[in-house]
Amino acid sequence: MTRDEALFEFLLRMGDNTLILGHRVSEWCGHSPVLEEDIALANTALDMIGQTQLWLGLAGEVEGKGRSADDLAFRRDAWDFRNVLLCELPNGDFGQTLMRQFLYDAWSLGMLDRLKTSSEARVAEIAEKALKEVTYHLERSGDTVIGLGDGTEESHTRMQKALDYLWPYVGEMFEKDKVDEVMIAAGIAPDPADLRPRYDETVSRVFAEATLTIPDGSYVHKGGRTGRMHTEHLGHLLTSMQWLQRAYPGAAW
Amino acid sequence: MYAQMIKSEASNEDPAKLEAFQARIDAGEKIEPRDWMPEGYRKTLIRQIGQHAHSEVVGQLPEGNWITRAPTLERKAILLAKVQDEAGHGLYLYSAAETLGVSRDELIELLHEGKMKYSSIFNYPTLNWADIGAVGWLVDGAAIVNQVALQRTSYGPYSRAMVRICKEESFHARQGYDAIRAMAFGTPAQKRQAQDALDRLWFPALMMFGPSDAESVHSEQSMAWKIKVKSNDELRQQFVDQTIPQIEYLGLDLPDPGITWNEDRGHYDFSEPDWSEFFNVIKGNGPCNVDRMADRKAAWDDGAWVRDGLLAHARKKQAANLAAE
Repeated sequence: MTRDEALFEFLLRMGDNTLILGHRVSEWCGHSPVLEEDIALANTALDMIGQTQLWLGLAGEVEGKGRSADDLAFRRDAWDFRNVLLCELPNGDFGQTLMRQFLYDAWSLGMLDRLKTSSEARVAEIAEKALKEVTYHLERSGDTVIGLGDGTEESHTRMQKALDYLWPYVGEMFEKDKVDEVMIAAGIAPDPADLRPRYDETVSRVFAEATLTIPDGSYVHKGGRTGRMHTEHLGHLLTSMQWLQRAYPGAAW
Repeated sequence: MYAQMIKSEASNEDPAKLEAFQARIDAGEKIEPRDWMPEGYRKTLIRQIGQHAHSEVVGQLPEGNWITRAPTLERKAILLAKVQDEAGHGLYLYSAAETLGVSRDELIELLHEGKMKYSSIFNYPTLNWADIGAVGWLVDGAAIVNQVALQRTSYGPYSRAMVRICKEESFHARQGYDAIRAMAFGTPAQKRQAQDALDRLWFPALMMFGPSDAESVHSEQSMAWKIKVKSNDELRQQFVDQTIPQIEYLGLDLPDPGITWNEDRGHYDFSEPDWSEFFNVIKGNGPCNVDRMADRKAAWDDGAWVRDGLLAHARKKQAANLAAE
């Protein structure tokens, strides 16, 4: 695997995470519990779609086959997506959506913070910009997890249920394969495992305040970031997301 | 402009106070929250601003219908930014209404009980992607015509909210026009979608201004108080005049065979919308009324545990902070 081949895969992983999770968050439009949350969710989705344009734009450039960010977003089938499974899981209730966001934001912040000093200037530049947005996302998702975890009995129960459901998907973000090895050797991206201590520190602090308990068991669901096996949910998401581009090929929008 | 058929109330207050109030309005002064105002003025404004706020909130739904199917990342980002702005407009407007002594929760309850309305336009469906362009171009375009006039409305907080909202709405209208332009100049299938959107949304957009002033029972008092600044017919004409050249530029067919340039008036003539359809939509019989309200109520009811949870946490924190002092 050449450096550029690995870099392309790495960029797809970054851009597909933000694309798929941003898409999920955008599904909330007009349906959230309170107007301020409608604004915040739209804002989060907007930031993530903006980051997608940068990551996938660069991926297309690195690939060198003339594919744009839109080509990559709208014209690949599920097996070519490289997002972690966590990002494609359904929204569930508001608690599950915010828990998923928190678990992702905490990883994303640590990752971007390391990518700021990437040997690849174009990666460092995107990370720098995205970091500002993700710092705010994490603050908000963390505060909401705390508020709902330590709220009423019902909100606590719902948040614990969300955490129990989502936790087995967390480990995938710290997996390492050949792509990562090439990225580490080139000084482009960190060893995913190195992000774990800071991540654990962040989530433990938030869950302690939220009175939530990380479930027992170490099983990790994976297969998204390698594309080996996505969940059934991704295909449905792509069906609506890609519909216009698929139904009217060659049209400019 | 998402306020239609606002019932205005007569006031039975001290004639001297009413006269002094009217003098301030006539002198072009702004009325501020702590100033004395007739009860009728207050109630009319609550209805108008509340209806406007509800429209911004319900208006997220027809657009949200296409966020997940936006054809490019850029169009998706633009649409997300737009609905975010609209929710923000809802927030300013509820705040403006709150200065008149009614809470946001009370207004939402009135909406859910069917005692307050939102603009008739949001009871129409968005059926193809061009509808999203048309909503920005025609619906926001119509709203701007009204809201630009309302920047001069007599109630200070409403007037200031309009100044801010108009800036963002103008941006939305341009983006909407750009989206439908891409389709009108695109493939035959895209052009067909653009034409379909224009044909379906034209008359509903004209209805946004409300029935003719001749039939509008509430206009007179609202005009005197400068809650309304221009008549429904004047605003509708202005919208038609500015929009027809845009339709022609797009190369789309005019959506109404009655549209002709009237040299004598210096305006376009056009056909009356079907007002029986309008009154049906207002009564709850529009294509989407039931679904829109069901969606909003479900969002509110399903979110009750979130609001309760966050409130309970805030109280616990406050109690802990007090105990620590």
